[in-house]
Amino acid sequence: MDFRSSDTVVGPRSADLLPASATTAVKVVIVGGFGVGKTTLVGSVSEIRPLTTEETMTQAGAGVDDIAGVERKTSTTVAMDFGRISLSDELVLYVFGTPGQERFWFLWNGLFEGALGAVVLVDTRRLEVSFDVIGRLEDRGVPFVVALNTFPESPAYPTEELRTALDLPPEVPIVACDARTRESGRDVLMTLMRYLYRLSAPPAG
Amino acid sequence: MSAPGQEWDENSPERLYVITRGRSGLAEQTTFDLVTLIVSRSEPEPSMQPEHAAILRLCGAPLSVAEISAYLRLPISVVTVLLADLLAEERIEARSAVPQAILPDRALIEAVMHGLQKL
Repeated sequence: MDFRSSDTVVGPRSADLLPASATTAVKVVIVGGFGVGKTTLVGSVSEIRPLTTEETMTQAGAGVDDIAGVERKTSTTVAMDFGRISLSDELVLYVFGTPGQERFWFLWNGLFEGALGAVVLVDTRRLEVSFDVIGRLEDRGVPFVVALNTFPESPAYPTEELRTALDLPPEVPIVACDARTRESGRDVLMTLMRYLYRLSAPPAG
Repeated sequence: MSAPGQEWDENSPERLYVITRGRSGLAEQTTFDLVTLIVSRSEPEPSMQPEHAAILRLCGAPLSVAEISAYLRLPISVVTVLLADLLAEERIEARSAVPQAILPDRALIEAVMHGLQKL
């Protein structure tokens, strides 16, 4: 990332400015395998042209390479595309999705902390790439819904067959979507919110 | 003033180290979420570090930490260090993200659904 001198920093267009009354921002994270359409989904629901932020992460090299006896650190830059939806004069929703290697986002401090929840975007032609992210979300206790991005040549599976294939609990919603359209992207976010609403219900009795 | 950054490898850790004066940003990440909204409370001054001045210029209207990082092309951990400086000097206001809870607040989820329905 190249910091531009302060005189040449290009900020938001005037049409993209949030009102001064904006006080509360919330976030949702879109996760899924490479090439599944996360960036497309972010772009279709966002009111601004999607932006990219980065973080540099360092982790011990253990498990990353196989050089026995050599301990070293690897440093990786993870990029995250995100968009924004103004929900009211006060409330703003940010939607984050990444084109990068999924195993690194879980090292990103603060990406999932405080997130309302996550959307796992799945390409039914390559279900296997979703197992890892679903497992990691479950480990972290991040509530999520599954959205099937329908490509023209995607095999059409019955939902329950997919639920079994992905080993999903019965309560996790599965919804088909077309990540290219705003309405469909909005419906995915709405599915997540309805699920969160149900989860937040006080326990019966 | 010569354009900063031209003699640097733009992605070099050394350059980012100079901007933050060696601070990692790990402590500050607990203060600032990716979506904490930042609003300027003062005008930039000529004596300020250029990155601080740039943030004050950007944040005339509320802007999230993630957006500041994107427009400045600096990693989040560098931006949070710079924001902590500005917050300590009361030059910015930080409108904190929703307090963390085990489960999201029902009223908040209702407000999000209401907003999405209008899209």
